[in-house]
Amino acid sequence: MNEKHPMDYLLREDRIPHIWCPGCGIGSSVSCFIMALEESGLDLKKVAVVSGIGCTGRVAGYVKLDSFHTTHGRAIPFATGLALANPDLKVIVYSGDGDLIAIGGNHFIHAARRNVNMTVICINNFLYAMTGGQVGPTTPLFAKASTSPYGNFEQPFNLVHLAAASGAVYVARWTALHLRRLTKAMVEAFKKKGFSFIEVISPCPTSYARRNRLGDGLAQMKFYHDNSIIRHGADPKDTDIGFQTKIVVGKFIDKERPDHYTFMTQELEKVTGGKK
Amino acid sequence: MSNDREILTGEHFMNGNVACAEGAIAAGCRFFAGYPITPSSEIAERISERFPEIGGIFIQMEDELASMCAILGASWGGVKSMTCTSGPGFSLMQENLGLGVMMETPCVLVNIQRGGPSTGLPTLVGQQDMMQARWGSHGDYEIIALCPSSPQELFDFTIKAFNLSEMYRVPVLVMGDEVVGHMSERVVIPPKEKIKLLPRRMYTGPPEEYLPFKPDKDLVPPMVIAGEGYHIHITGLTHDEKGYPEISAEAQKKLVPRLVNKIKKNADKIIEIEESNTGDAEVIVVSYGISARTSLRAIELAREEGIKVGMLRLITVWPFPEKRIYQLASKVAGFVVPEINLGQIVYEVERAAKGKTRATLVPHAGGHIHDPKDILQAIRSTLK
Repeated sequence: MNEKHPMDYLLREDRIPHIWCPGCGIGSSVSCFIMALEESGLDLKKVAVVSGIGCTGRVAGYVKLDSFHTTHGRAIPFATGLALANPDLKVIVYSGDGDLIAIGGNHFIHAARRNVNMTVICINNFLYAMTGGQVGPTTPLFAKASTSPYGNFEQPFNLVHLAAASGAVYVARWTALHLRRLTKAMVEAFKKKGFSFIEVISPCPTSYARRNRLGDGLAQMKFYHDNSIIRHGADPKDTDIGFQTKIVVGKFIDKERPDHYTFMTQELEKVTGGKK
Repeated sequence: MSNDREILTGEHFMNGNVACAEGAIAAGCRFFAGYPITPSSEIAERISERFPEIGGIFIQMEDELASMCAILGASWGGVKSMTCTSGPGFSLMQENLGLGVMMETPCVLVNIQRGGPSTGLPTLVGQQDMMQARWGSHGDYEIIALCPSSPQELFDFTIKAFNLSEMYRVPVLVMGDEVVGHMSERVVIPPKEKIKLLPRRMYTGPPEEYLPFKPDKDLVPPMVIAGEGYHIHITGLTHDEKGYPEISAEAQKKLVPRLVNKIKKNADKIIEIEESNTGDAEVIVVSYGISARTSLRAIELAREEGIKVGMLRLITVWPFPEKRIYQLASKVAGFVVPEINLGQIVYEVERAAKGKTRATLVPHAGGHIHDPKDILQAIRSTLK
């Protein structure tokens, strides 16, 4: 049993076992992430991962890269400072839906608007998992959570629509079942200059599935298998997710727009003559 | 590299906020993130104008939570970083000020204080955030805070703040106020070679031996930055020397007392005060910021009446010079503490005096500086 797993060199073995529950999709997404890092040929010295708080927030603690586990909701502004201070870094924000879109929602739309150089990977498990399954900004209508015991009666955000409308240059959605496609999306996103966004629909058997009687992690994967519709180039506004409805997945946006750092420094150079 | 736009050596007539921005530039600050707020905005405006010619990055963030967080990220990216704000923004920055303390991140936060609470007096002076500076973020920690009394000191102390933040790996606060920020006076910017800058304490050994939170003798760990192959993990959770989260009473006991003690045990090296005529004083005025300057007139008037009044001006408010206050306490009839609030630092003076003498507050609710006569009256009453 002394054989090394081929991914071990990118994981902090001394931090394993991880905290994620059986059937959780975060670990699968991390496998994709590591494969994507390998495939993209990025200089691993120059890759930094920034997380917020929550189950997905713990990703930063397991990858053997420069990694920062910040405050709740603040991964994106921390990453903004890091990316601007050292433009040679490939900065990846890896966090959950509550962290990035509720408490951190304002930072999310503004980083997309600015087109800051970063890839944001959002694991969407439809609620606050780490704190015990409370309702969140992506909880589907009528789904139950520990603070919506009778069902959620607030319209959720459609994250890919939000990202696209805010100005992201790359927007994709996959589920924790679509490992090869998710890996490919990550590779594409890493190559993109500017703000790229990937939503990963992920099972939370412990909170979301249990409370809504959806079975175990495998049952949720089966659900993704039967109900995901791949529709590349779909208009993000037509991709809302309801409670146990079809899930439209695919690459929705892949466009060019000057990234914040390049645009700002070029224009400042023109106007002021740059550094004297 | 040096260029003559980096340090505007010479004599200037400038306001405190502009002087603060020039101090930051002279200290080598090349990243600024902030959010507009009166009465601090001239700092951001000056920086946004000056940074392009010296290769700095200015970004106006979406709020103060983001601003504080962005300067932490930039510091880990290897660039000296700063933000500035006032009252309501200072409240929002407390969250990530705590993260900066926990991640031991050098950076500078300037608070040009206005009257509060809440939106309070956006355009008028206050000194009401002094205890918030000390205790504003949750949990136990120690912080360094400096109090400038003039535009010149906003220049000088901003440089000092950067040096202290690099030396002790802690966010350093410059606690200015609206009057000091907005008054224009002579500011002398020295030649580059006369400005003493402390470099970041970097670790340069092999990555496999590096422990990001293993302290040196003075309890401060050497730092590395992102992108150099050290593969650091840095978290706001309680962590071990490797930087890995460890949620236990033992880990907490090892980490948090060190974060506190790296300031407490080095307090004698950090603390700076300015004393005048304290040797034979019957009464000592203890003050800071603009109120220390208002006090000078009161002291002059008291001396005309034959009262022996001394002055102790706090340059470093946190850590507090409690030893010196205690030494002086047994020699005087009392301390008089004018501050533009309803009592904050006066309680610290009282605590440090340990009952040896009394401390009399000269309060002001904010919106204006003191009338020196009120301070004079307190000096007189101390001798009754």
